[in-house]
Amino acid sequence: MSVVSRRRSDQSRLRTQLIKQLVRKDLKIKYQGSTLGFAWSLANPLLMLVVYTIVFTVVFKNTVSFFGFFLLSGLLIWNFFQMSVMGAATSITGNAGLVKKVPFPHIALPLSSIGFAGVQVALQYLVLIVAMSVAGLAPIRPELLLLVPALVVVVTLTLGLSLLVAATTVRYKDTQHILEILMFAWVWASGVIYTPSLVRDRLGSGLKLDVYYLNPMAGVTATFQRAFYGQLYGTDGKLILASDSVWFYLKVLGLGFVVSLVVLAIGAMQFRRQSADFAEDL
Amino acid sequence: MTSTPLSDDAPVLIRAQGVGKRFTRFHRRATSLKERVVRREQGSRDDFWALRDVDIEVRRGETVGLMGPNGSGKSTLLKVLSGILRETEGSVEIHGRVASLLELGAGFDGELTGRENVYLNSALLGVPKADTDALFYEIVAFSELGEFIDNPVKHYSSGMYVRLGFSVAVHVDPDILIVDEVLAVGDAAFQKKCLDRIQDFQRQGKTILFVSHSSGLIEALCTRAVVLGHGRVIFDGSTREGTDRLNELMGVDRVNRVDAGYAKIAAVAVVDPSTNETPESFTTGGEAMLMADIDWINTDTLDGNDVVAELQLMAGSGEVVVIVDPQPFHVPAEEIRAGTTSSLRWRLRALPEILGDVTLTLTIRHGDVLIASANLPGFRVRATQSLTTDGEARFLTRDELAAIGRTSVQSVDA
Repeated sequence: MSVVSRRRSDQSRLRTQLIKQLVRKDLKIKYQGSTLGFAWSLANPLLMLVVYTIVFTVVFKNTVSFFGFFLLSGLLIWNFFQMSVMGAATSITGNAGLVKKVPFPHIALPLSSIGFAGVQVALQYLVLIVAMSVAGLAPIRPELLLLVPALVVVVTLTLGLSLLVAATTVRYKDTQHILEILMFAWVWASGVIYTPSLVRDRLGSGLKLDVYYLNPMAGVTATFQRAFYGQLYGTDGKLILASDSVWFYLKVLGLGFVVSLVVLAIGAMQFRRQSADFAEDL
Repeated sequence: MTSTPLSDDAPVLIRAQGVGKRFTRFHRRATSLKERVVRREQGSRDDFWALRDVDIEVRRGETVGLMGPNGSGKSTLLKVLSGILRETEGSVEIHGRVASLLELGAGFDGELTGRENVYLNSALLGVPKADTDALFYEIVAFSELGEFIDNPVKHYSSGMYVRLGFSVAVHVDPDILIVDEVLAVGDAAFQKKCLDRIQDFQRQGKTILFVSHSSGLIEALCTRAVVLGHGRVIFDGSTREGTDRLNELMGVDRVNRVDAGYAKIAAVAVVDPSTNETPESFTTGGEAMLMADIDWINTDTLDGNDVVAELQLMAGSGEVVVIVDPQPFHVPAEEIRAGTTSSLRWRLRALPEILGDVTLTLTIRHGDVLIASANLPGFRVRATQSLTTDGEARFLTRDELAAIGRTSVQSVDA
């Protein structure tokens, strides 16, 4: 290995280590106050599961069996996206003291917001898997492999948007308020809360549907629902998930990936351009 | 011989050429996306050069002392050299690993224990975890924290905080150590230990660049001195001559200065708040009140939300320097009107133990731009016990002003 590339790998190892430390700090600060500690973040999805299952099987009857499982399959990955981006938005401004006094790679701050969200959501998925297994619906199916491309897409998008908003918030303080509104609209546009077959019923399966899936989160949540929840048909025998074909998921993830790459390019450029002036602009 | 003068063929580790740093204050610059969209124009701007035409070379093994009055650009230069701020013009080259100590414990998080903060801070300073593991016990021993290392640092005294911050920083093993006034804190014994550690660094042939107000310290430690004044290098050479130039400069700065014609500090005094008189000395742990009248001269281009008054206590006794720097105080926007006078009262509670005479410096800044300053030499605090300091500033109400026999105008409740 040449000296230059060794230096570079040392650099990235140090950066990874810094991100780990920052994530550990955030986790500790978040959970040390409560006696239940970490169990809280795990109890949270269980509680949601119970409430949504009751609401959508008793109160609003519908054709989706185990509505709670369906909902959480897509909602948790949405939560990862939203928590990461919202956390990244204030990651630079919230660490102003650090940025102004200590020279370090600023990118570690938004990255640690993503890591922080990632650790929690990964554990929440574990809880979901355990709960589904207990209910006899253990998500063991070949479609689980679809999670690999889906994760690539969601991480690319999350990274790009996180970098963009982290840099933008330094100059424009209202970015996070705009983001909150945007996220609220976005979750409804991403087929998290309703079944994705409703979208197909409305848009058909042509160009309009492709345009819909330019939203990377729509493809990602649809794929997560396919992989975890996996019940293709409702109690009336109609398709409730996005598709029964693996190729469909690969196609929409491909669309989402192209869009995510564009977002990442813009976010990384913006972050790089502005980060040298963070200490001054804060 | 390993002592000075250093050979000219030692490699240059820090090279700054024609470095300038401009701070720009935008009046009514859009601070939200909404404004940015609604209003296209950017408003007027106000440029201030904190550094201009700075040329500095530091070779391996040198210890360079950076001196200059308040607002001369020392801290800005350190920030530019350590990569926190980007130079506006010129170029900066750094060869080797830099550890900059601009503020001890700057990366500490109050909720974490000392131990966790050691690891976090080391990671921030770019130390591999394995190295931190290996040095951990040495770091704790140096900080003298003992079992407190597992308590959250929010429960630490300021002395403990500083000791841990310095311990981490000096164990980083950099090629270049950049240090701002951080030695000004901690008790005498710990300061001695820090200085010993810095001398170890020198013996190992490391390069050090550090800021101090203490001529004694600069002369004792440094191989060279650089004096800054108004953002320019006005001297670069022997420490002896450097401190002489600094004293000259401080003498000039001691008079009230009107920098840009915005405001003038018309009167300033320090009194004992219980008697309203200036005693010969103040008592440690006691109170002192700074009274100042500020005449506003030209306020057209001042942004009322950005004018800040700041107070520093500086003591130089031999090689020990103490700086007390309470929170800067925002001057209320309504106060700032050309042709009027504002009365500022600054109450310093629980005065710290400071040896010798103190110079009290009041500065009025508009953002980063110094618009007026006044120095009050000969403020003396008699030591009784060691305490921490905090400062509180507010404008007196009309009634309170009347009660102490003043009729200054334009006073509001803080």
